[in-house]
Amino acid sequence: MSENALLVHYAYCSGCRSCELACRNEHDLEPGCWGIRVREEEPWQLPDGTWNWDYLPVPTKLCDFCASRAAAGLEPMCVQSCQAKVIEVGPVEEMMGRLGQLDGKAVVYRL
Amino acid sequence: MRKEWQRQGEDGETVVRTCAWSPPGCHPVGCGLLLHVKDGKLVKVEGDPEHPITRGALCPRCLALKDYVYHPDRITHPMKRDPKDRGKDAWERITWEEAYDLICSKVNEVKEEYGPEAIMVFGGTGRIASTYYPMIALNVFGTPNACYAQSGMACYYPRVTEMAYVVGSGYPEIDYASRYPDRYDHPGWEPPKYILVWGKEPLKSNPDGLWGHSVVDLMKLGSKVICVDPRVTWLGSRADMVLQLRPGTDAALAMAMVNVVIQEDLYDHDFVDRWVYGFDEFAARVAEMTPEKAEEITWVPAESIREAARKFATGKHSALAWGLALDQNVNGPQAAMALIALLCITDNLDVPGGCVLSGVSTTDSQKNRYREGINLMTPELWEKRIGAKEYPGICDIDNHNQPDVVLDVLESGKPYQIHMGYFNSTNIVDGAIAAQPQRWTAALKKLDFMVCSDTFMNPTAMALADVFLPLSTFAEYNGFVLPHYGLNDLFYATINKAISVGECKSDIEILVDLGKRLQPEYWSQFADDVDFLEKLKLPDGFTFAELREQGVIQPEVTYRKYEKGMMRADGQPGFNTRTGRIELYCLGYAAHGDDPLPYYMEPPYSPVSTPELAEEYPLVLTSGARTFVSFHSEHRQIASLRAMHPDPLLDVHPETADELGIRNGDWVWIETPWGKCTQKAHVTKTTLPGVVHAEHAWWFPEQEAEEPHLYGHGMSNINTVMPHHVIGKLGICNTFKSQICKVYRNDEKN
Repeated sequence: MSENALLVHYAYCSGCRSCELACRNEHDLEPGCWGIRVREEEPWQLPDGTWNWDYLPVPTKLCDFCASRAAAGLEPMCVQSCQAKVIEVGPVEEMMGRLGQLDGKAVVYRL
Repeated sequence: MRKEWQRQGEDGETVVRTCAWSPPGCHPVGCGLLLHVKDGKLVKVEGDPEHPITRGALCPRCLALKDYVYHPDRITHPMKRDPKDRGKDAWERITWEEAYDLICSKVNEVKEEYGPEAIMVFGGTGRIASTYYPMIALNVFGTPNACYAQSGMACYYPRVTEMAYVVGSGYPEIDYASRYPDRYDHPGWEPPKYILVWGKEPLKSNPDGLWGHSVVDLMKLGSKVICVDPRVTWLGSRADMVLQLRPGTDAALAMAMVNVVIQEDLYDHDFVDRWVYGFDEFAARVAEMTPEKAEEITWVPAESIREAARKFATGKHSALAWGLALDQNVNGPQAAMALIALLCITDNLDVPGGCVLSGVSTTDSQKNRYREGINLMTPELWEKRIGAKEYPGICDIDNHNQPDVVLDVLESGKPYQIHMGYFNSTNIVDGAIAAQPQRWTAALKKLDFMVCSDTFMNPTAMALADVFLPLSTFAEYNGFVLPHYGLNDLFYATINKAISVGECKSDIEILVDLGKRLQPEYWSQFADDVDFLEKLKLPDGFTFAELREQGVIQPEVTYRKYEKGMMRADGQPGFNTRTGRIELYCLGYAAHGDDPLPYYMEPPYSPVSTPELAEEYPLVLTSGARTFVSFHSEHRQIASLRAMHPDPLLDVHPETADELGIRNGDWVWIETPWGKCTQKAHVTKTTLPGVVHAEHAWWFPEQEAEEPHLYGHGMSNINTVMPHHVIGKLGICNTFKSQICKVYRNDEKN
């Protein structure tokens, strides 16, 4: 298991799916293969009238945290490309710390 | 930002920095890209982390740029077809010389036989061509007829018109700190307390000068959002309030909100005294629209109207972003006037964290270039501009035709016939804009000669064109991107050529080439496309090479420009209107036959205004919301994007779906008195019961190309059910967002 983790501050994920194509471009993935996929918890209304509607990017087995970019001092491509700037990658401990600092829904993935 | 616009990358790559516009389509928001090029081929596309606005981010459409550029169906050389073969896939490859010779000989023939006015140039929505195609008409062909074929010119032009008459400036954009190199960290800048997002979905549409996800940046910095929309959008699900109004009733809601602000004395008296004309008359008019009355009309609870108005007025500062929904509403100019009033009298105009404007100097230059073209023709010829007499409200401030009158003229041949059409980046036959595209198609087939320029074959070119000119994507030409088409200089940047593909040429190259052939006296002043940009488009004193090295230019910020004489050509304080003030009693509206004060008018077709018709068509229909993976009718053939949104979807509330016996995923017919088309039901509670939302601009490049099929012509295009020439008094706005319809299962497809 990697020492790295991927954090998604999905309270602000707009579901644009840029991460999917950015990852595909970076890793030259074949059609049907993905390094990260955006899943939707479809909208429904709570009794108080507010809405629950989430998009959640999920990294796949093909995610290597963009190791070759990291070696060149660059951010992972999904992190760079994310329009809502909700993805972060770093050491597990650091990401768990970030999780505690963020407002709203967030998740940390270990791969 | 580093200075170099290109640098050596790894493995022999050259990395070219550029800023996007189109094609492939988007609005002029100039997102930053790095294009990796090897051996003359685009090998990789990524966002530019140094771009001050987008900071490395890109939307799926730009991330699929390589898919688009090298798509096997892309057309990369000019073609011609015998006019008797229109509708058939009977194209013949030709050279640019042959294409230009053919076009020029036809232009000269038509001019000689019928006069220059018998030529019409058509342009589509949003693409870079929208800045240049009027010049092909005015400055190249010498015809007064340049047509944006959307009924009521109902995308952005209404907002331009409303702002011109009420405030005398371009569209007021949310202050998203775009003019500061240090952006959100800039001392003195503050995020809006509230952003009122009205009939707009900026994250998906990147509207005109706003990189949409800036709204998410602002939310993270504490801005709260109030959404006004018949649908709960993702942004709405994160909003402080959602006012879910009945489609088309915006003016009642806006009038009620500004009425609350006035009645509860939440407005800035000093601003009103110094800068507003006609406030008392305006206040008396909106006093008629109480929140309770507005609730009856709009379905939005009166208390919510009060709460939203109070929040906006006391937010200090609050920003407003109103969108297409008011353009596609014949009562939109009145709603817009009430909203502009709400923004201005609460002192949120041209202040940090409110909405910001451009000064007069940047907004005048474009008009001057068109004016040169008009000066090349006689006043008598300019008088023949179709629609200008009937609708001076739009045509006095814009150089286009009024498009509804154009269709009437095409069909009747009166007062004169059009013989040649030139379609610059516009898919009238199955695109976003034309109401009753089936009527446009039939009328246009009568023309003797037609030219289309685009990147792919599409229903318009297949049905109509005799010559096809292949356009470059923005990776393949030198250009310039200025938000809001030049009406608000939030930032600007060059578009930098990185590659060549086939024989494709840019809109600007074709413009200059045709100009040199047809109007050499005028066009000899420009050596080539870059020289043209330097002389006519770029800010004074900059060469293209210099600007390219600058990356993104962020003009200096001056707030409250109206106090400093920066909004008027004469340098006097105030605004560039008839009275020098913000006209809430609008003399510009009155001069063109509309009420100088706002009023509510029911949509022309609604359960209230046409109750008998509504018995047969009981549902309210709204349309045209964007997705992340297409720009109107573009991108349908890009597999990676199409897979994310394969079918045209009709949003239906579950209660309505139950009543109609429709399940999620069923193909359904959407029918109005003007036609029917089919889309797939998407059952969702995000729309109101009894209100359905249809997607726009659908065609199917994977289907049979030749007529009569024509890529599924009209099958799912919602504009086929929209009426022609049901527009506002100023010649703007239409009913695409507020119609009535019936919906039933399409058993042939299920």
